[in-house]
Amino acid sequence: MRPFDYQRPDGLDHASLLDRDGATLIAGGTNLLDLMKLQVETPETLVDINRIGLDKIEPTGEGGIRIGALVSNSTCAADPRIRADWPLLSRAILAGASGQLRNKATTGGNLCQRTRCYYFMNIDMPCNKREPGTGCSALNGRNRIHAVLGANENCIATYPGDMAVAMYALDATVEIAGPDKASRSVRVRDFHRLPGERPELDNVLEAGEVITGVTLPAPVGGTQLYRKVRERSSYAFALVSIAAALRMEEGAISRASLAFGSMAHKPWHDLRIDAALTGAKPSDALFDHVADLLLEDAEGYGENDFKIPLARRTVKAVLREATGAST
Amino acid sequence: MKLAINGTTQGFEGDPRTSLLDFLRRDCGLTGTKKGCDHGQCGACTVLVNGQRINSCLTLAVMHEDDEITTIEGLGTPQDMHPLQAAFVDHDGYQCGYCTPGQICSAKAMLDEAQAGWPSAVTGDLTAEAELTPEEIRERMSGNLCRCGAYSNIVDAITQVKEDAR
Ligand SMILES: Cc1cc2nc3c(=O)[nH]c(=O)nc-3n(C[C@H](O)[C@H](O)[C@H](O)COP(=O)(O)OP(=O)(O)OC[C@H]3O[C@@H](n4cnc5c(N)ncnc54)[C@H](O)[C@@H]3O)c2cc1C
Ligand code: SF4
Ligand code: FES
Ligand code: FES
Repeated sequence: MRPFDYQRPDGLDHASLLDRDGATLIAGGTNLLDLMKLQVETPETLVDINRIGLDKIEPTGEGGIRIGALVSNSTCAADPRIRADWPLLSRAILAGASGQLRNKATTGGNLCQRTRCYYFMNIDMPCNKREPGTGCSALNGRNRIHAVLGANENCIATYPGDMAVAMYALDATVEIAGPDKASRSVRVRDFHRLPGERPELDNVLEAGEVITGVTLPAPVGGTQLYRKVRERSSYAFALVSIAAALRMEEGAISRASLAFGSMAHKPWHDLRIDAALTGAKPSDALFDHVADLLLEDAEGYGENDFKIPLARRTVKAVLREATGAST
Repeated sequence: MKLAINGTTQGFEGDPRTSLLDFLRRDCGLTGTKKGCDHGQCGACTVLVNGQRINSCLTLAVMHEDDEITTIEGLGTPQDMHPLQAAFVDHDGYQCGYCTPGQICSAKAMLDEAQAGWPSAVTGDLTAEAELTPEEIRERMSGNLCRCGAYSNIVDAITQVKEDAR
């Protein structure tokens, strides 16, 4: 690990002040310290935001709930209000990492966690995300865990997390404080980026910005499922995951929202899928149509080709379970 | 700065790069806590911070000013074992023993989490109270790997402590 200067502000204004000068924020540290040990991240100044507050879960005026950026994943998943009214979020968080890691991992840090691409984590290998312009080693290399949607030759990495996938399905909003007390909100669906020409940028945060919290809109009820397919049944990242919030009325789907994890540089959400499901009667043909919409532009890079049929089977299984269809 | 380790106040003035794990082992002589992977992947370094289990390899000592740290040495001694330590002995919850301190610290906090009503990935009904079945224990302990594969006996040991506590 490279030497750094350690700072611990006691409030948000102070934190963004420090952050503005190119410092790196540390929350739970479970991703950042891992990468600092590998010298993938080499901050000169580390700003420890664990004592600036932002650690509460509070109802919003509109029937929603606001989760502070420093709320731990464990606290969030165990919160009785989240469990009762936004169970999809509890499910997704509980499907990730381990009890120890969830105790440290925070809402803000989890959203900003970096890819698990092997080459990104190995400073001896070319990687456009770590060192723009050096090339992508995964494109023609080991890419079992890589993206099949929205990627290009610049970078085929995935956003690997679970929590955010549920937040995409629930249409959450990320609240961000900037330097000089500026603040803004971004729909979580617009928070992460596709690689495009700037694979080094994972999300839309600007220098000096701090995530202060995530707001979930009022509960949508219905059936909420998080299905995670992985190499072992616990304590492993997803190969493919699906968050589904779906409501049935009189034999038809009255509301649906689906999001897909570990398939792209960001959790994947396609409005056409939600629209195709809404108002329709569950059937195998409908579920195949949804899989077609999801995968029409899917592209494998060799080792990850299997993700395409896997995603098809998984989305159909999730839809069968969520609608109670016997097809 | 100071932090409390197993009830004793310790000063820390070292390099900010020092992980809590290295501080415990190297500077405090508390070598019960083990280093397996140093990357959050094995659980051998599990300790309790203010009662919660964490991986001490993925946190910096300097971030823990005034925190209360409990390591395996603080849970029990050979003469006065913690019930989990005794149960691991009774059930052969180990072979080489390398993962054991982490397993026991993790199990201690895991039982407290279950007591507080926290659900897990295998809990059927998120709004009901979860019964600590072997399946639940396995899921909740999945952050602690055992290369000797003593898992069945570890689950038995934890189950016994849970039963005895009723
Ligand atoms: C072995 C292992 C297994 C794992 N398995 C899973 C899994 O199955 N599923 C899963 O989803 N995750 C998994 N994780 C990842 C884990 O969820 C993340 O490491 C964690 O959520 C990151 O949160 P943190 O608070 O520790 O972030 P940190 O490590 O503190 O920070 C991560 C990044 O976020 C930035 N950041 C933190 N807070 C803010 C803020 N408020 N505003 C702006 N930027 C901020 C930091 O600067 C840093 O760049 C695993 C991790 C490990 C080590
Ligand atoms: S996939 Fe992205 S992160 Fe991985 S080597 Fe290529 S550029 Fe780097
Ligand atoms: S040494 Fe910390 S988890 Fe392996
Ligand atoms: S007893 Fe040897 S690693 Fe668990």
